Amino acid sequence: MPETPAEHTDRSAVRSLLRLWPYVRPIRLRLFSAAFVAVLASCLGLVIPLVLKWMVDGPVAGRDPGGVWLGALYLLLLGLAEAGLFGLRRWLVARPLAGVEASMRADLYRHMQRLPVAFHDRWPSGQLLSRGTTDLTLLRMFLAFPLTFLFVNATTILVGFVILFDQAWSLGLVLLAPAVPLVILCSLFETKYSVAARGAQDQVGDLTTVVEESVLGIRIVKGFGRHRSQALAFHALSRRLRGTELVKARLLAGIWALITTLPELAIGAALVLGTVQVADGALSAGTLVAFLSTALALRWPVESIGFLLAMSQESATATERYFEVMDVAQERDADGDGRARVSDEPGMVFEGVEFRYPDADPASAPVLARVDLRVRPGETMALVGATGSGKTTLTALVPRLHEVTAGRITLDGEDIAGMARPRLRELVSVAFEEPTLFSATVGENVLMGAEGAGEEELRRALSVAQADFVHDLPHGLDTQVGEQGLSLSGGQRQRLALARAVVGRPRFLVLDDPLSALDVHTETRVEAALRQVLARTTAVVVAHRPSTVMLADRVALLSGGRISAVGTHQELLRTSAEYAWLMSGATEAGAGQGSSAAEDATAEEGSTR
Amino acid sequence: MTGAKTDRPALADDGPPPGEPALTGAAGDPFDRDALPAPRGATRALLASLLRPLRGRVWVTGLLLVLQQAAVQAGPLLVAYAIDSGVPAFRSGDHGPLTAVACGYALCSVGAGILQYAFVRGSARISQDVLLDLRGRIFRHAQALCVEFHERYTSGRLISRSTTDVESLRELLEEGLQELIGVIMSFVSISVLLLWLDPAIGSVAVLSFVPLYLLVRLYQRRAGKAFALRSTAIASVIVKFAETMNGIRPVQAFRRERGNDADFAVLNHRHERSNGDAMLEMARYVIGSRLVANTAVAAMVLWGAYRVASGTLALGVLAAAVLYLRRLYDPIDRLGMFLNSYQSAAASLDKIAGLLAQTPTVPETADPKDLPALTDGHPGREVVFDGVRFAYRTGGEVLPRLDLTVPAGQTVAVVGSTGAGKSTLAKLLARFYDPVEGRVLLDGTDLRDLATAELRRGVVMVTQEAFLFSGTVAENIAIGRPDATPGEIERAAKAIGAHDFISGLPDGYDTDVRKRGGRISAGQRQLVAFARALLADPAVLILDEATSSLDIPGERAVQQAMDTVLHGRTAVVIAHRLSTVEIADRVLVMERGRIVEDGAPAELIGGTGRFAGLHRAWRDSLA
Repeated sequence: MPETPAEHTDRSAVRSLLRLWPYVRPIRLRLFSAAFVAVLASCLGLVIPLVLKWMVDGPVAGRDPGGVWLGALYLLLLGLAEAGLFGLRRWLVARPLAGVEASMRADLYRHMQRLPVAFHDRWPSGQLLSRGTTDLTLLRMFLAFPLTFLFVNATTILVGFVILFDQAWSLGLVLLAPAVPLVILCSLFETKYSVAARGAQDQVGDLTTVVEESVLGIRIVKGFGRHRSQALAFHALSRRLRGTELVKARLLAGIWALITTLPELAIGAALVLGTVQVADGALSAGTLVAFLSTALALRWPVESIGFLLAMSQESATATERYFEVMDVAQERDADGDGRARVSDEPGMVFEGVEFRYPDADPASAPVLARVDLRVRPGETMALVGATGSGKTTLTALVPRLHEVTAGRITLDGEDIAGMARPRLRELVSVAFEEPTLFSATVGENVLMGAEGAGEEELRRALSVAQADFVHDLPHGLDTQVGEQGLSLSGGQRQRLALARAVVGRPRFLVLDDPLSALDVHTETRVEAALRQVLARTTAVVVAHRPSTVMLADRVALLSGGRISAVGTHQELLRTSAEYAWLMSGATEAGAGQGSSAAEDATAEEGSTR
Repeated sequence: MTGAKTDRPALADDGPPPGEPALTGAAGDPFDRDALPAPRGATRALLASLLRPLRGRVWVTGLLLVLQQAAVQAGPLLVAYAIDSGVPAFRSGDHGPLTAVACGYALCSVGAGILQYAFVRGSARISQDVLLDLRGRIFRHAQALCVEFHERYTSGRLISRSTTDVESLRELLEEGLQELIGVIMSFVSISVLLLWLDPAIGSVAVLSFVPLYLLVRLYQRRAGKAFALRSTAIASVIVKFAETMNGIRPVQAFRRERGNDADFAVLNHRHERSNGDAMLEMARYVIGSRLVANTAVAAMVLWGAYRVASGTLALGVLAAAVLYLRRLYDPIDRLGMFLNSYQSAAASLDKIAGLLAQTPTVPETADPKDLPALTDGHPGREVVFDGVRFAYRTGGEVLPRLDLTVPAGQTVAVVGSTGAGKSTLAKLLARFYDPVEGRVLLDGTDLRDLATAELRRGVVMVTQEAFLFSGTVAENIAIGRPDATPGEIERAAKAIGAHDFISGLPDGYDTDVRKRGGRISAGQRQLVAFARALLADPAVLILDEATSSLDIPGERAVQQAMDTVLHGRTAVVIAHRLSTVEIADRVLVMERGRIVEDGAPAELIGGTGRFAGLHRAWRDSLA
């Protein structure tokens, strides 16, 4: 996926993982205690062979049945302690680690919600989702095992070697021999593995995106009978993921085999040497048993280093992926209430507004070049323009879903750039072209438009939007809609979105083609009711057809990135050829001459081009 | 395998009885609880069917691990031999036994290493192949399920099934299987060795398995519940996450961030609880099993040492037995890890099996028929609704009985208020649904008898939601016909008036719709959707509110294209904009699932019926 930043900066795994510290800090006491407990438990495991040695060399060799009882008692006590400590370690971290995972996820969600819309346009949602799920699960597992056990096992190995050297230093040296080659091999492995791990994680993100799109676009897939080619695309991606996973497995298999074999060979050498020393009488049999027992007890700590390192690598790349999103700056908000007036002009004023998408080529023409428009208080301005002329973009600038590149927009004389977003968005209410409903009840969906609005307001908003159909829904206003609820028709969704926009009686209203999906009868009724709301509101309405334009007092024509004409519908029909062309279904006389007007329009269309 | 295989997670027990229709809308419905019922044993059957094609490799890989374990287990045996035979022999000048030990140990170490390497790679291949198979099955099955299903199941759950749930199976296969085989191997081999070294100590070791087994069962029962809850919880977290991202504009515009944070916190907390519960169950298991194991070791050492002290046991045997005893219980933790991954995978597989148990409501026929060949100059096909009745499974009749014949080449406009059944008519013709009674015929052939490819050459539907897939604009148009040449794609775009804006994009037809400058407005998306349909060049075209976001010039372009490029095709147009109706040969007015008016536009406009009223209202709206 070229989308996700793939530059592999040479950040070390350790440095990446250190970024987890703020999340780990609150639970550091428990985590450290757990590590300490684990070290203790591990060391107890190392003491057990010593007790065995004492038993073999002492009571057993001395044929003292009574002493044997004492040894067994020690063993039992040590065993009970070990069991308790093992459990204690897990108990200490179980809830806190689930908490770390949850708080990282909540932070990601919180951050993601506050990132600019432009960010979401760029990032496939699958990549964000996989960061919030599989990556975070991996990090929890990393904190639970590899982190603790890299430390515990290193300590165990260290203590183990102290015991080994204490028992027979010459044999200890033999065991130490493979350490140097292993360290070199491990670091080689780490570099390669981290690249593969990152690749696999990104590919999971891509796979997630395809799955999501296959559901969101299911009607198209079915309508064109394309589920085979979709399945093929999915298959190709999963095969690629499989390939990367197999590369990871090959690397892991290699390092693991080496980590197992080299120390084992050393133990074999120690066994032979030790046997010779016992035969020579330089070493007691008990010591040799204890030595080998200790060495074998160290086997797991050593062997495990392979997959612990692998998991740490994967966690490091998962951390990188997580912080890639977290490092994207949230939009800064003006501090204070930003009530500094910049002009005395009331209403909604666009002054020299220029806009270019932040990721667009700086050399390309801006979407909006220089928009100057004054919407007087209480006035409704229709915004008309050809498909793709930037009408929707312009409306997105008002609630600051995108930021103007140059120029300014003022509301009652106040520059929106200086306003805190929540306040701005309270002042300005929007109905989007695509009416999105959330998984909540009908009532909740509408009331999202205004915090603290009551039953009364809700009823009023629904009646403005002519959304009486809600009372016929299975549970009326309490019917669940949205992705996880009843699916409504486009017209029904649009009416609810409209109700949501007007419920808070906002001072400023931005409606993007609010009647497009309504049938004629409903459209007429909504228009009548909406007109009353608009009479008291300063509003911009994106319009594609005369019926919507009729809601407005004046019309602005957006063309070539600027407002090329402003006037009433009738004025523009007379003076602007482009406007007449855009509205051509309903020229002068309008009614009655449907098909002939259409033909005229087609002819005109030909000439305008 | 152990008894671990026989238990299904507890959640299945409180699910609805098997055989209950899946798509019920009643309270406590399985969709809301994310617990689609799967028939009993479906989970295990699923796992078995995934592994069956690979069983040869599973055996070979298992054998590799057995050999590897054998090589590893030989270690202590060689220690015993070295101390009991090597030392005395060496003392008497015989270096033979010791040399044998040296060679044996080296051979075992290297052998174990190589076998380990082969095993890790082999098991990774198996698990990756299983995952590939499973992911493919989930995806293909989901694609075969109806639109109605997806509206209820949500993309978030499907993502959860194909990522986090599949991932937990991978843990089971990659680590779990190795753990399990390793654990069984050590238990069996060490028990045998112990029995052989000293039957008395060996028997105690074998006896200690009884309490361990009971512990395992207890853990399974309790952890299963936690894991099932966890799997459901993470799915609802994903659903919320996805919904927020897909609706980020309204979320920000309506200041939903804080409210969402609070909602998310609830879901996230539910996941955190079950996650913690699962880990605590593991802690309990570890304490219990370690207690049993360490007590058993102490008892056996006591007994062994006592007997050495009283002279009935050789010291070397005790030494070896002690080493083996330590190892006997080493895998207890690994058994725990296996159970952990098993329970987690079982919970996930259960969810996947529930999804796979959903039967597609519009299955593709096994015995497809071909449509009669089209005659030159007559690219349309006749459409017949023959006594069609349709009702949702949730109840609520939409079409009581519909009889309709649309001759080849006719353009029919369907109008009526919301809920009149227009869209249902379109979806039946596009075979998104099958009628409950009656048949939908295309040139005399029942739609149910057509293979998907043949059906889509015949009927294509353009809907209001003009979704664009990741990829270039050209790729999005080519969905209509994947083998289309760039020239054909451009021609389709030109015919619909989309060429101008597409050439204005940074990379023209090769502009990625998710990248720099690839922002495409709703109206433009609908034009792309039309270009797609033109390219598909179907015999029957259905437009379901497909022009709602177009401006008037755009609508004209569409009408023109239908008049020229699609001339002679049968068309069913659903639109509330009556301007579209003007190009129709025939108008149907629907109300409550019935056709109440049927005639030529001019004829109906001149009359006094509903359409005349609608048309008057529309004309007034233009004034």
